[in-house]
Amino acid sequence: MARMAFLCDSGRCIECNACVTACKNEHEVPWGMNRRRVITLNDGDAGSERSISMSCMHCSDPPCAAVCPVDCFLQTDDGVVLHDKDICIGCGYCFYACPFGAPQFPQATNYGSRGKMDKCTYCAGGPEGEDSSPAEYQKYGSNRLAEGKLPLCSEMCSTRSLMAGDQEVLADIYSERIVRRGYGLPAPGWTTAYGEDDEGTPFVPYGRPDSRQS
Amino acid sequence: MPRLAALTVLFILVAAVPAAQAQMLNEPGQSTATTQGEVQLYDQAEDQVRGFISIPDQKLSVLVQPEGREWREWRQQTLPWVVGILFLGMVIGVFAFYFIRGRITIRGGASGRKVLRFNGLDRFAHWLTAVSFLLLALTGMALTFGRTLFIPVFGHGAYSWLAESSIMVHNFLSVPFVIGLVFIIALWVKDNIPNRADWVWIKSMGGLMSKEGKHIEAQRFNAGQKAMFWTIVLLGTALVITGVMMMTPFAVTGVSGMQIVHVIHGILAAVMIAGIVAHIYIGSLGMEGAFDAMGSGEVDENWAREHHGAWYKDQVRKGHADSSAERAAGQHPAPGE
Repeated sequence: MARMAFLCDSGRCIECNACVTACKNEHEVPWGMNRRRVITLNDGDAGSERSISMSCMHCSDPPCAAVCPVDCFLQTDDGVVLHDKDICIGCGYCFYACPFGAPQFPQATNYGSRGKMDKCTYCAGGPEGEDSSPAEYQKYGSNRLAEGKLPLCSEMCSTRSLMAGDQEVLADIYSERIVRRGYGLPAPGWTTAYGEDDEGTPFVPYGRPDSRQS
Repeated sequence: MPRLAALTVLFILVAAVPAAQAQMLNEPGQSTATTQGEVQLYDQAEDQVRGFISIPDQKLSVLVQPEGREWREWRQQTLPWVVGILFLGMVIGVFAFYFIRGRITIRGGASGRKVLRFNGLDRFAHWLTAVSFLLLALTGMALTFGRTLFIPVFGHGAYSWLAESSIMVHNFLSVPFVIGLVFIIALWVKDNIPNRADWVWIKSMGGLMSKEGKHIEAQRFNAGQKAMFWTIVLLGTALVITGVMMMTPFAVTGVSGMQIVHVIHGILAAVMIAGIVAHIYIGSLGMEGAFDAMGSGEVDENWAREHHGAWYKDQVRKGHADSSAERAAGQHPAPGE
């Protein structure tokens, strides 16, 4: 079974921020919130400068889901980490646990609430309700996965730096690239998100929809 | 001639560009892998990686933040255990004390004569702080243990509502708690400065353990009460400071700072909850006549003489208490007793 992942080839990313813009536009992400962003390491240092597009990596063992006081996360069979905005209380704990700074909040203060958390859905909408319904779009953005399409950020990447898809396929493409061109860094965030040793061990999705009581 | 020199420099510069470009392309992560299997996809260990970002939210310039793992461990494992052990440990300890030592009674029996110990303002400050602290502790614990205890019972939807209300109550009750804390400090700090007499009290554990009930002559507050006062004042202040930092996330500190603030808030809350359990016990079930001090504000004269002898003598001297009772305690029994 496919296990969805993101891979950003830092040897190809040109920091055009098109993925960021496409994501914001596709899902109408409000002002001040970014489901995806481009981080440039060693900025201005010719030779070692490299850019990486980062969002929720849809971890195998998601820390956000582990620390959530109201248990609002669940993972699809494809490994996509989704969260239920009807359950979310906006406490912000997921942001403290997340290694990639993915969770975003509409309000800055905690007085009352920080509002419902928002993050990359892997263009897969929300965990509850009808796929591609107006209600789902309102809460989570568009659901491309239900239409058989991959996340827009990677689909429109002009240099094919950002890739989305089955983790094994991505690993195959990336390692072939590295062999051919003779340079390339380890996949950014992969150790943290997917773990080096989870090859071979079957992936068990967290909080399966059928096990939820809500 | 100068024109030729300038041309040469330009030529060298242009010629150098492809070389520099080649170096730039090759530098990041040179790979010697010749087959796909040799390619290193996973990094050995990912440390915190921070870069440059062009969006306004600068805290997102962190690419990988492995400290989240420790925070997760804390939030998921350590915190519930620390709070649970300290709270339940103290509850069990208090009950054990009750069964071993029993209720501390007034040896002389109730005299029926009252002396004012805490006036209305004192009691208002106490109960304002007490009620807000109890609700703060309850809502805080509801959020800490809710996922384990409440979700299996109420389900996700109902607990989400409960948790959201708990956060609201927790945040807004910080206001009366702070006001109560300010009152407490202003009203009682002068009587809570540690002095030499407290040392005697500490050495004998305040007579807590002796059934003969040998009490150390204490002033308005004995060393145990002073310890409780400073626990509440210092821990309470620290809880308020960390709590305000949590209500205004990232206003003062970054992600790692916020994680530390959470840890401090959790530990201090656990210690303070345990301390308050002991305080509630000794102020109600544990000691005869003690609740009156914060209930009606008037305590029995015999209770006052036994527990706060020096303070009681002071009250008699000032004329706030009946001096005939003082004689009754001494060698000359008062007429009619």
